[in-house]
Amino acid sequence: MLLPLAAVVSKAFGGGADAFWHAVSDRQALAALRLTLILSLVVTAVNAVMGTLIAWVLVRDEFRGKSFVNSLIDLPFALPTIVAGLTLLALYGPRGPAPFNIAYTRIGVATALLFVTLPFVVRAVQPVLLTLDRESEEAAESLGASPWVTFRRVILPSLMPAILSGGALAFARALGEFGSIVLIAGNLPFRTELASVFIYGSIQSDDTQAAAAVSVVLLLLALVVRGLIAALDRWGRRHEG
Amino acid sequence: MTGIVVSDVSKSFGDFVAVDDISLTVPDGSLTALLGPSGSGKSTLLRMIAGLEEPGAGQIVIGGADVTRTPARKREIGFVFQHYAAFKHMTVRDNVAFGLEIRRADRAKIRSRVDELLRLVHLEAYAKRYPSQLSGGQRQRMALARALAVEPRVLLLDEPFGALDATVRRDLRAWLRRLHDEVSVTTILVTHDQEEAMEVAGQIVVMNGGRIEQVGSPRELYEAPANDFVAGFVGPVTELAGSKLRPHDVDIRIDPVDGAMEAQVRRVTHLGFEVRVELEAGDGRRLWAQLTREEAEQLELMDGQIVYVRASRRMPVALA
Amino acid sequence: MRGRFALRSVALGYLTLLLVLPVGFVFLKTFEHGVGAAWDSVTTPAARHAFWLTIELVAIAVPLCTLFGVVAAIAIVRRRWRGRALFNALLDIPFAVSPVVIGLALLLVYGRLGWFGDWLAQNGLRIVFAFPGMLLATIFVSLPFVARETIPVLREVGTEQEQAAATLGAGPFQTFWRVTLPAIRWGVAYGVVLTTARALGEFGAVSVVSGHIAGQTETLTLHVEDRVEAFDLTGAYAAALVLALIALLTLLSMNLLRRKEAV
Ligand SMILES: Nc1ncnc2c1ncn2[C@@H]1O[C@H](COP(=O)(O)OP(=O)(O)O)[C@@H](O)[C@H]1O
Ligand SMILES: [Mg+2]
Repeated sequence: MLLPLAAVVSKAFGGGADAFWHAVSDRQALAALRLTLILSLVVTAVNAVMGTLIAWVLVRDEFRGKSFVNSLIDLPFALPTIVAGLTLLALYGPRGPAPFNIAYTRIGVATALLFVTLPFVVRAVQPVLLTLDRESEEAAESLGASPWVTFRRVILPSLMPAILSGGALAFARALGEFGSIVLIAGNLPFRTELASVFIYGSIQSDDTQAAAAVSVVLLLLALVVRGLIAALDRWGRRHEG
Repeated sequence: MTGIVVSDVSKSFGDFVAVDDISLTVPDGSLTALLGPSGSGKSTLLRMIAGLEEPGAGQIVIGGADVTRTPARKREIGFVFQHYAAFKHMTVRDNVAFGLEIRRADRAKIRSRVDELLRLVHLEAYAKRYPSQLSGGQRQRMALARALAVEPRVLLLDEPFGALDATVRRDLRAWLRRLHDEVSVTTILVTHDQEEAMEVAGQIVVMNGGRIEQVGSPRELYEAPANDFVAGFVGPVTELAGSKLRPHDVDIRIDPVDGAMEAQVRRVTHLGFEVRVELEAGDGRRLWAQLTREEAEQLELMDGQIVYVRASRRMPVALA
Repeated sequence: MRGRFALRSVALGYLTLLLVLPVGFVFLKTFEHGVGAAWDSVTTPAARHAFWLTIELVAIAVPLCTLFGVVAAIAIVRRRWRGRALFNALLDIPFAVSPVVIGLALLLVYGRLGWFGDWLAQNGLRIVFAFPGMLLATIFVSLPFVARETIPVLREVGTEQEQAAATLGAGPFQTFWRVTLPAIRWGVAYGVVLTTARALGEFGAVSVVSGHIAGQTETLTLHVEDRVEAFDLTGAYAAALVLALIALLTLLSMNLLRRKEAV
């Protein structure tokens, strides 16, 4: 496992630090990295909100078919990513029945990323919601707090560590995602090209130096996210006991 | 006037009737205990008064206003939970300030009010700590300060000392009594511990199976219980010649006297100040007596000894 | 009450637009030209080869990953050794790294111009653009699942039962087979299901090292992409449907196992 990754790093710096910088600061590579970062952040933010909301509905609401919906959440983990991309393309693509076309757009890429990262926040928040101390919510209510204030001041702080660590996992996944976006991104450099697609393209055109350099940047980002997750984990447990 | 009037209130969970057509008046400024075994519907009744549970039928009036359909947050109550319900991510100070912040009180006022309450519950030194850094007793005092900070019209306590160990519980009980003397807010305390209810409350409501068995002062309940259940729940009961009495009302004599029955001493147990004597009466029934150490020393009772027993005081009602 | 209904609508609406409609639509699309056409397109020689190649990869990769996962979990939870924390952190690398990067990494070691490229060529061994490379890629991406699912279960079970077995005279292997393994079996099984799903569905890493030779190094996922690029949408949907059905099976077992784990 380490050997191959070492090969990537060594390739990236094989031509010296200058070559690395040259490859990374290439306009197309830079655009791909920037788009990857921005879309991953956007997708993480949407996941934080929607994932929490879905977890809330799954834990606190009662309706018919709830357990079916609950098992549906894992679908993105079970479904091959290429199939996920294909289904979005089929419905929302140029020949799909939807009144709009998201193929080869950034919105389309973001949608594919949302599809594959859906379970992270939901599955992180759900167990925390289940074990939440309902009495402290009632205490807030008895002290005059409205449902929204109770959520914001009492529930949300308890959920925050789970939301953030689920979000970090989603972010890490979005950074490197490939399978679900190949079909929908349509390979338009500067417009819809993510880092992973750029790396793939560089490999195909035998520019492994550029591929390795961008890979190293992704690896570094992944490392930072890992560190972040570990820190969040400790932060989440700080008032326990 | 912030008395509480509960009229014909019922509450069911599915088929199960937790509170069954209860009516009750809690006088303004009183400290009333809801006493009963676990599952008797005390918490459900208290939570309906708080607005945390909606009654299936009936009416709840606080301070003259019908609040039956008013949400908890508009009832101006203070509620204290058995397991503290502390806001874990807030410091002690922020916990206590919460209700005042909701009411958008100005900062200076919040500061001084919180300081005042922290002094009242002896937590001045702990203002910056988190709940996880407090003992159970301290957490519960914090929860009390939090509930009192907003100057509630009524204070509702659901087994507030139930999760604490015996000594802390005893201290907090006495402290609650003094606190009530000081702030005299209408208070309802739920407990399944008769000693706690007797020690703290001016009025006790005995509940069983979702109904009220009796309402009265601690003394009335002890000396004139309305029925077997209340008699047994508020204190020990023994039986002599077909009538019921408290074990300390069993009069033991060495020599025969008028109206006394012959009995044999089976076992003498010394429990410090109290001495427990188990007897077998002439009619073959077992009973027991509670003596002070001095009384026991004077009698010099021994196992197997024949004595004469009679009731120095019976319970006023003929109990079934 | 109205607020609750609104929240439910937003949540279900989001899931419908993102998951249910697209996946459901592909089901419909597959049979657009009739069941016969769909059947024909999943039984072309290329599709059949892709299917069996995928099964072969899974059949080899999953047992290896499982063995590694259980051993790794025990080493992390039950043994004290230097580098344990580092090993634990490294275990997550496949989760943190883009599949494309993993593919590239394999290429740079075993490829024609890679570190071992010359040596492999001299000995007539082919890894990249051939089955072994695809197997390596599949194993790499699905390696951590079993360990990650087993570790918490192993922690929870504790050592008391194992110690009890030892006091009753059981050796380490007997203890493992008769006490530890039965206690962690649902956790392992859950990990195996996740491993299988990942191995079946892997695209990026395999894509880089396969060379896309139809009828030779094309897995089902690669076949889906190939069909889309060849504008044979019926073929793409049909192959995707096969994968989706396997995913459905995966989903069912996940649910079943989670329930087992709960009791
Ligand atoms: N939310 C609920 N759902 C179903 N049953 C409940 C609920 N709350 C209380 N009960 C039942 O109602 C009865 C009275 O409960 P409670 O008021 O908590 O009793 P107490 O506080 O006197 O111990 C119990 O049998 C309990 O199981
Ligand atoms: Mg109760």
